[in-house]
Amino acid sequence: MTRGEHIWTQVQLALHLLALDPQGLKGAVFRVRAGPVRDRLLSMIRMIAGPTTRLHPNMTDEQFYGGVDVVATIANGRLSMTTGLLQRSGWFELTMAERVPLQTAARLCQAMDQGTISPFIALDEGVDGEAVPQSLRERLAFYFDLSDLHHSDTDLQIPEGAAGTELASASVKDMRTLSLLAESFGISSMRAPLLALNVAKANAMANTRASVEAEDLEIGAELVFPSRATQIPQASDGDDPPPPPQNDNADEDEGDPSGTGLDLPNEILIDAVKALLPEDFLETLKLQKSRAKTAGIGFGTQTKSKTRGRPKPPRKGKLDGQNRIDVVATLRAAAPFQTIRRAHSKTVRPVLIYPDDIHVKRYETRSERVVIFAVDASGSAALARLSEAKGAVELLLAQAYARRDHVALIGFRNSQADLLLPPTRSLVQTKRRLAELPGGGGTPLAMGIKAAGDLAQKCASQGKTPLVVVLTDGRANITLEGTPDRTKAMENAHHIGRWIASSGVRSVMLDVGNRPNQALEHVARDMQASYFALPRANAQSISKTIGAELEI
Amino acid sequence: MPNNFPFSAIVGQDQMKQAMILTAIDPTIGGVLVFGDRGTGKSTAVRALAALLPEISVIDGCPVNSEFSREVPDWAQNVSKTSVMRQTPVVDLPLGVSEDRVTGALDIERALTKGEKAFQPGLLARANRGYLYIDEVNLLEDHIVDLLLDVAQSGENLVEREGLSIRHAAKFVLVGSGNPEEGELRPQLLDRFGLSVEVSSPADIEQRVSVIERRDAFERNPKKFIQKWAPEEAKVRNAILAARAALKSIKSPKKILRDCAELCVNLGADGLRGELTLLRASRALAAYEGKPTVENTHLRSIAPLALSHRLRRDPLDEAGSGARVERAVSEILG
Repeated sequence: MTRGEHIWTQVQLALHLLALDPQGLKGAVFRVRAGPVRDRLLSMIRMIAGPTTRLHPNMTDEQFYGGVDVVATIANGRLSMTTGLLQRSGWFELTMAERVPLQTAARLCQAMDQGTISPFIALDEGVDGEAVPQSLRERLAFYFDLSDLHHSDTDLQIPEGAAGTELASASVKDMRTLSLLAESFGISSMRAPLLALNVAKANAMANTRASVEAEDLEIGAELVFPSRATQIPQASDGDDPPPPPQNDNADEDEGDPSGTGLDLPNEILIDAVKALLPEDFLETLKLQKSRAKTAGIGFGTQTKSKTRGRPKPPRKGKLDGQNRIDVVATLRAAAPFQTIRRAHSKTVRPVLIYPDDIHVKRYETRSERVVIFAVDASGSAALARLSEAKGAVELLLAQAYARRDHVALIGFRNSQADLLLPPTRSLVQTKRRLAELPGGGGTPLAMGIKAAGDLAQKCASQGKTPLVVVLTDGRANITLEGTPDRTKAMENAHHIGRWIASSGVRSVMLDVGNRPNQALEHVARDMQASYFALPRANAQSISKTIGAELEI
Repeated sequence: MPNNFPFSAIVGQDQMKQAMILTAIDPTIGGVLVFGDRGTGKSTAVRALAALLPEISVIDGCPVNSEFSREVPDWAQNVSKTSVMRQTPVVDLPLGVSEDRVTGALDIERALTKGEKAFQPGLLARANRGYLYIDEVNLLEDHIVDLLLDVAQSGENLVEREGLSIRHAAKFVLVGSGNPEEGELRPQLLDRFGLSVEVSSPADIEQRVSVIERRDAFERNPKKFIQKWAPEEAKVRNAILAARAALKSIKSPKKILRDCAELCVNLGADGLRGELTLLRASRALAAYEGKPTVENTHLRSIAPLALSHRLRRDPLDEAGSGARVERAVSEILG
């Protein structure tokens, strides 16, 4: 059986169990892009569940919870309500789950905690950084990444056999086994072992067993833990030295043993889970460690909405499906003409409202700003300056409550520019990530500016206003291709600078070298950036300079 | 609310439980803010609170849960004269809530059908004399936050909109929970919470096992589980009632007041709210423990809850505010 086929069997089992115990297992996340595999998955869900209630990320509360049905209310002269989608029963299916704003996710979580919207299937079509919000993923028992599956791995069989009628019971020993196992994989949330236990119980039920057996525990652990693991447990007889960081061989053990070496549960269980860890687990683990401890996306990806914000006075308008009616303003507009209209109207309705009376709600959202720091982390820019930059980011963020600014950080050194901190307003998250900002190596200035420009454009497309702040000493010596060549590196920097200017992104160049660097000033001119030489820059002065720039 | 997990059956998380009990003893302490990772039982604890709290006497049909007839607002209709015993209200404030739902608004149904101008009370009215719970409080929309701040401060909800001019009592204990990784709370709102607690999942394996064990037993048969824990719940409830009765007679010596003030000065906590909360909560704790006077030990255990979220945030301080409070406590209280 290939790995793909194996995953697919697990998917089938998971869906089967989900149908048996929707309350206990809540649902599943599938990471899969549009294609034949996804079609298969969907048709299998339909086979098991029948028609599902489909949700999409930009649904409004009225759609979720129901609300006043304006048309019916006015037509009947009686308050009519629509029922919300979340009040329905049966399976729920959320498409494009990676686009769900945190607020919407929180609403879904609330409904999930009350047990009203299970089973819940989230389809994650994200690429790269995009992913389903953690709060949602955490509550659902299953997570499957199907992006590497081939069409031929899949089939449409549903696990058969008569299932028992009641969930199996589990002993305290079983619970202990699962808790220990969760701990050894570095899973701190209490939901994981609980969900694994529920999976085990459902699996026992599917096999008409009255109590959970070793086999069920294995299934439970296999289906729930791999996607949540943050470390690989040390085998109790592990005498290999820890592998060098570049080694991505998944068979080797890494991570701290955290003292569980002695009372590790069943080796078989560990191996079962280990075998299912994604192939690039160690790689991604390292990435997570260097970039982020958690995949929390902060407040930064929230997008502007036409239906939120501070209310403004209502205005006359048409209902185009996007805006919402302001009932009271509409009534107020209609009120003076009731007597006249009644005289000319044959219908007997309490209130006569003409399309002209319709007033729509308006909201005002302030465009949020994103300050994108591109920080030179190369050897020449010295580590001290890097820490000043970190300090400046944190200081700016501390003021961000008042100014509603988001902060992002890109570090560039050697032949790479990494997004170390996606746009966020969370101080906690920032601290965690900044603490691990590495330093040293060459200076790929062009690459750093380009990464910042890319992010700026992405932010602009989300309706935010980006400001790029480059901190460097300007001694560029790595080209865009990542090869060391001083002249070409500078040329590249000019080139990218002009691109930034043409894309209309505002930028600031902070020269933190010991002496002002004229070449850098020229790059700044190409970027149409404000240039400041701050030879003895410290966190306060950097944050002050940028603060002043933002006030303009 | 159907079948909530019993409060006393929650394993560990003593700080969080203690903080909630203290606000039940003395609502003037202010709210509780619970910040922590996912899957640590934040929501469970708050939802369990409703069943735990002693019942209150309310005028039947009063939209703001008034205790006496003279307190019933004049716009209320269909209010009887008799009192009934009700569970202390614990009102959920959902994230996506609209301003109308929070403050109350024109009753659209009556406006459309009868042409009457009537007020339809909102969540703030329902939460009067009880608890207002906001899950994911750090994701709440700003204009709602501003509104809540204002009402929490004044204890009165004032509605001036759509031709209505209405005021009613809205005294409630704010309980917020959230995950700091998803966004920070504005300092103005932070300050409004009396106590703040940080929770994390239990590290001890035995504790973890018993969490799962109890949860499993609960899911299997909620009724039986609740019954099993009923005596324990009653114990806590009686202790709360006894503490409420004793609260007035708790003495707080000058020395304790001085210590409170010194702690706050040392930590540079803004305003006087820190001292007041510290004192009130310590007094409630003394009452809960059946002591006649507030002692140093009470201050010591309350200080982190009452002060750690009031400090000026220093973004460059790695240690976090909890450590600063502890340092100050050991300096001043010895």
